[in-house]
Amino acid sequence: MQIIQQILFVILASASIFLFWKKMSEIRRNILLGKDFEMSGTSKQRFQNLLLNAFGQKKMFTNPMVAVLHFFVYAGFIIINVEILEIILDGLTGHHRLFFPVLGSLYNFLIGCFEVLAFLVLAACVVFLLRRNITKVKRLNQGELLGGWPRSDANYILTFEIVLMSLFLIMNAADINLQQGNSSHYTQTGSFWISQFIAPMLSGVSESGLIGIERFCWWAHIIGIFVFMNYLPYSKHLHVILAFPNSYYASLAEKGTLSNMKEIQNEVLYMMQPELAPAHTEANAVLKFGARDVQDLSWKNLMDAYSCTECGRCTAACPANQTGKKLSPRQIMMATRDRLEDIGTQLNKDKNWTTDGKALLHDYISVEELRACTTCNACVQECPVSISPLDIIMQLRRNLVMEESNSPQEWNQMFGNIENNMAPWKFSPDDRDGWNH
Amino acid sequence: MQVRTYAEFQANNETPEILFWVGCAGSFDQRAQRVTKAFVEILQHAGINFAILGKEEMCTGDPARRAGNEFLFQMMAYNNIQTMNMYAVKKIVTTCPHCFNTLKNEYPELGGTYDVIHHTTLIQQLINEGKIIMKEGGEFKGKKITYHDSCYLGRANQVYEAPRAVLEVLDADLVEMKRCKTNGLCCGAGGAQMFKEEEPGNTRVNWERSEEALETGATVIASNCPFCLTMLSDGIKKNEKEDDVQVLDIAEMIAKSIDKQ
Repeated sequence: MQIIQQILFVILASASIFLFWKKMSEIRRNILLGKDFEMSGTSKQRFQNLLLNAFGQKKMFTNPMVAVLHFFVYAGFIIINVEILEIILDGLTGHHRLFFPVLGSLYNFLIGCFEVLAFLVLAACVVFLLRRNITKVKRLNQGELLGGWPRSDANYILTFEIVLMSLFLIMNAADINLQQGNSSHYTQTGSFWISQFIAPMLSGVSESGLIGIERFCWWAHIIGIFVFMNYLPYSKHLHVILAFPNSYYASLAEKGTLSNMKEIQNEVLYMMQPELAPAHTEANAVLKFGARDVQDLSWKNLMDAYSCTECGRCTAACPANQTGKKLSPRQIMMATRDRLEDIGTQLNKDKNWTTDGKALLHDYISVEELRACTTCNACVQECPVSISPLDIIMQLRRNLVMEESNSPQEWNQMFGNIENNMAPWKFSPDDRDGWNH
Repeated sequence: MQVRTYAEFQANNETPEILFWVGCAGSFDQRAQRVTKAFVEILQHAGINFAILGKEEMCTGDPARRAGNEFLFQMMAYNNIQTMNMYAVKKIVTTCPHCFNTLKNEYPELGGTYDVIHHTTLIQQLINEGKIIMKEGGEFKGKKITYHDSCYLGRANQVYEAPRAVLEVLDADLVEMKRCKTNGLCCGAGGAQMFKEEEPGNTRVNWERSEEALETGATVIASNCPFCLTMLSDGIKKNEKEDDVQVLDIAEMIAKSIDKQ
């Protein structure tokens, strides 16, 4: 019987790790469809960003209540993983509580801590579900999060965590009862901090019943974790992994700095000083200005899209969105990920796939959205995982204006004024110092 | 006014300490011209040896770049950098946070590296150095003032304290809006929005921001940007409060409060 469980476990673990690895490599391939970009700053500064924003969750603390709850879930997620190591080793070796003989009384302390964390995770997830569905926090109940997959996705994850944590606690409670009944195989560890309160509820259950509950919880818990792991890459919840590299690779320049377009800088330079132009221009190189599709964006922009957990702090802070415009920075990120996933699906079918006649610009993100941005950086400022929706908006705007000559009449006039009068308004350059006379 | 240009300085074999980058709004917009003049008054009072570029100054290219027209931006940047490098400009002060941002953050990569500061920061330095002294019981003493963070000075360049420190000197009652500093709400003009109609929505950004400013009960809204100045003034007019509430640039407030003795 034991050996069957072990074999089953090995099959299950390998299958889920394989599937997870496969999907993650697809995501990696999709992200690397993006262009290389020049990184500023030192790796030390980047690492600091990672520590502060990803590990420290600095930006979450603008709302301390939410930050603390989120921290429980996050700490629970990381620390309870230590317990999962034991669960996996137990599963592989057929032992029960493999670490107890090694750790002794420290073991009870550790499991006690895990249980407290599990309880806090559970409580935090309940509060999060309430905030989403009952008190209806605005940013979690507007626009692109009103219904459909994004809304269900969030609720699935929270429910999933609640179920996993409950299974873990009930498993220990059954274990305590089995220990008290001196059931063989169940190591005498003594009771644990939280599950001791659940244990009395199971006191009337027979030994075989308790073993059934314990085994069911053990299996459901570990299967649940394998399922969760494989759900991650399809979900907004992927931020638990990508928040770290995303914070590391975030731009270190002042937020006001727009990326320079070297090719245009050179173009202007050669026009003004033809003697500097290289003798043999690469006439074959087809220049494309700005971004039309995801392949024209940087791979950081694309990693941003996969790192977005759709919390909507960007959208809640966006002046355009707050005044009823169509633009929502969160939707920009979701649209970018959708486009990337659509391309990924087609690449899965055909490695050499090149086009489906669609593009991020127009088919996924509209001109009206792009035009509404005031480049105020509120979205960039707010994002807890260092995403820049603004960078994507700007690159799409560049394509609209320079490739399609698609700009509002007033902007064309403004361009004309700058070209002819060196000012965005129609004044004579001779009057520039008129105030001085 | 008679502010001398760089060309005039050079003709006399002199070098100014600092270039005052007036900007297009400061040069042409009648309301912003008053800010320009107020700031010149402050500089002159403090005895700063400064020059302007005069007719040689051109748009930095900020609105073109943010609208997506990189070609036009690069053209303007090229010309401005040529001019400033020819005069060997070292230090620039500007009354416009958009010019400030472009000159400080975007020109270095194009070959124009200068020490750029915003006028509110320079005014704070002049106050700290004792070069300008406020008169006792000035016009703003005890008045309720709220300060609007422009996006390009605030979030874009993280200058939040200098303008507030300057306002402190006025002995006024400084009140904050609900959305301030890193959370400050845009006036609606950035990203070249100044030059086009807003996209369809249920209100205008400047109306929303002006209402928030009015909610503080302040009688003066202090600004650091010519575009914010226009947007907020329009928002106050929309609420028919232009007789009760003034929208002023920090330079104007300081110029009015300097002890000229």
